[in-house]
Amino acid sequence: MNALTNRAKPVDRRKMNFMERIYLVAIFKGMMITFSHIFKKKPTINYPEKTRPFSPVFRGLHILNRDEEGRENCTACGLCAVACPAEAITMEAAERQPGEEDLYREEKYAARYEINMLRCIFCGLCEEACPKDAIYLSETFAPSDYQRKQFIYKKEDLLIPHPLKQPEEYKKALGNKVKREKAN
Amino acid sequence: MSEEIKTFKVTIDNITIDVAPGTTILNAARQIGGDVTPPAMCYYSKLEGSGGKCRTCLVEVAAGSTADPRPMPKLVASCRTTVMDGMVVKNITSDKVLDARNGVVEFLLINHPLDCPICDQAGECHLQDLSYEHGTEGTRYEFKRRTFEKEDIGPLIQLHMTRCILCYRCTYVADQITDKRVHGILDRGDHAEISTYISKAIDNDFSGNMIDVCPVGALTDKTFRFKNRVWFTKPVDAHRDCENPKCCGKATLWLRGDEVYRVTTRTDPWGEVQSFDGKPGWICNTCRFEKKKTSDWVVEGLTTISRHSVIGANKYAKLEMPKDTIKEVLDGRDPKLLMDIHSVSGVNNPEIYLSELDRPAHIEDFAKPTEHKLDKPGQPSLLNEEKK
Repeated sequence: MNALTNRAKPVDRRKMNFMERIYLVAIFKGMMITFSHIFKKKPTINYPEKTRPFSPVFRGLHILNRDEEGRENCTACGLCAVACPAEAITMEAAERQPGEEDLYREEKYAARYEINMLRCIFCGLCEEACPKDAIYLSETFAPSDYQRKQFIYKKEDLLIPHPLKQPEEYKKALGNKVKREKAN
Repeated sequence: MSEEIKTFKVTIDNITIDVAPGTTILNAARQIGGDVTPPAMCYYSKLEGSGGKCRTCLVEVAAGSTADPRPMPKLVASCRTTVMDGMVVKNITSDKVLDARNGVVEFLLINHPLDCPICDQAGECHLQDLSYEHGTEGTRYEFKRRTFEKEDIGPLIQLHMTRCILCYRCTYVADQITDKRVHGILDRGDHAEISTYISKAIDNDFSGNMIDVCPVGALTDKTFRFKNRVWFTKPVDAHRDCENPKCCGKATLWLRGDEVYRVTTRTDPWGEVQSFDGKPGWICNTCRFEKKKTSDWVVEGLTTISRHSVIGANKYAKLEMPKDTIKEVLDGRDPKLLMDIHSVSGVNNPEIYLSELDRPAHIEDFAKPTEHKLDKPGQPSLLNEEKK
């Protein structure tokens, strides 16, 4: 059989001589490599005290957006659910009642909205499919947990804090998104 | 040879077909089928007098007839122009037609709101399909769009006048299928609107058919309103013996699990109601709005959905579920679930029957199990009935 590349090296099966058999030279050579790393720049950081900047295309945990008056953007149109390749998103729609105009932006809203983070593959297709600017993948990791049921994220877990009632939390939740938009 | 029937030879986009005299160009093109057929928003072959309003079916006539082969000076509406012997028609092979159609779509969309995410018609909307093919991404219109006050036209049908493209199909239904016309067009021009006189509720037996006839989401089923998106429901063909002699009893059920969310007439490839024995298969309001149980119907099988349609997305091509063999393999034990999704999830709760609500759902409806109406002791399983 011909080799595909010329990089293949045949195994050296000769008998080892005395110097090779005591391994001291090989160990010393190996330790020199280890020792030299002490003077090199550390590639790790002390997470979570220090965090790395996220790439602008990072796709983390989802947030459900609100408009500037704090009304929910989502209208339960189901486009994220039909776009989702992992079928992680499910929802139930309801009709807005008179007097709820400050809660929901449109006539229809999602009464229930769930993302199964066990199924989600963080591909971001829901974000692309959304016509209402309602779902975003934020710059947060999905936290680990001991129980499966903690990974069913409901609407309360996903909604961004109210921009008027909780302005600080809202600003924090926005993250670097605003900066990026300004840069564009 | 029996006596010869006189036919006209007509060529549409280089495909020649023999049709009976008096056939319109649109119907001749429908006999050929495929891409050659011009789209139609207002013409409805089962409604007499429809057509000629939307201008989406414009075609170019390159040669009038064998006797007079001059081309027609302007594009003609194919739904209203009858064929002549030796007529040569250009539809998609003509740049003029495609350009005109793009213009017509732009006109139709001037006042049409972009509320597809809310609209129940999305996914089966003819205007949506049309604008995908012919529309532009943006709009050049800078003025205020035409809007209407919301009007309640009864407990069964939801009217969204803002979405209306004034195709007049529903008024023809009111005229021809129901025996007492209570709804029509008011005012003229830009102010024209569909309405029932003094908001008179439509309580005719066949009024529900105007939902199916509406090419956009102007008339939608109020009992299905916001319950689910069309493409998450599964269409099956079913029939029942209807007491109403005018009702054909053959319908399409839109299922979610074992629940019947919506009942519509069956549609032919042109999006019109299917004909049975030469008669259009309209269904009565009892079948459409009240028979929301699978036991009311005899399910025939899955409805064939065009593979380009979003309605066919993420669906199994079979109605029967495959046999569950896990229990057999485990000597009759049930598999140990690490998590039952219904114990955590608030969506698709098996104890909530949205089909039993005759209004759009409210947020409280998802908080507690549905209280069954007296005559509806739960939903019998469709799959069990299949096995019998």
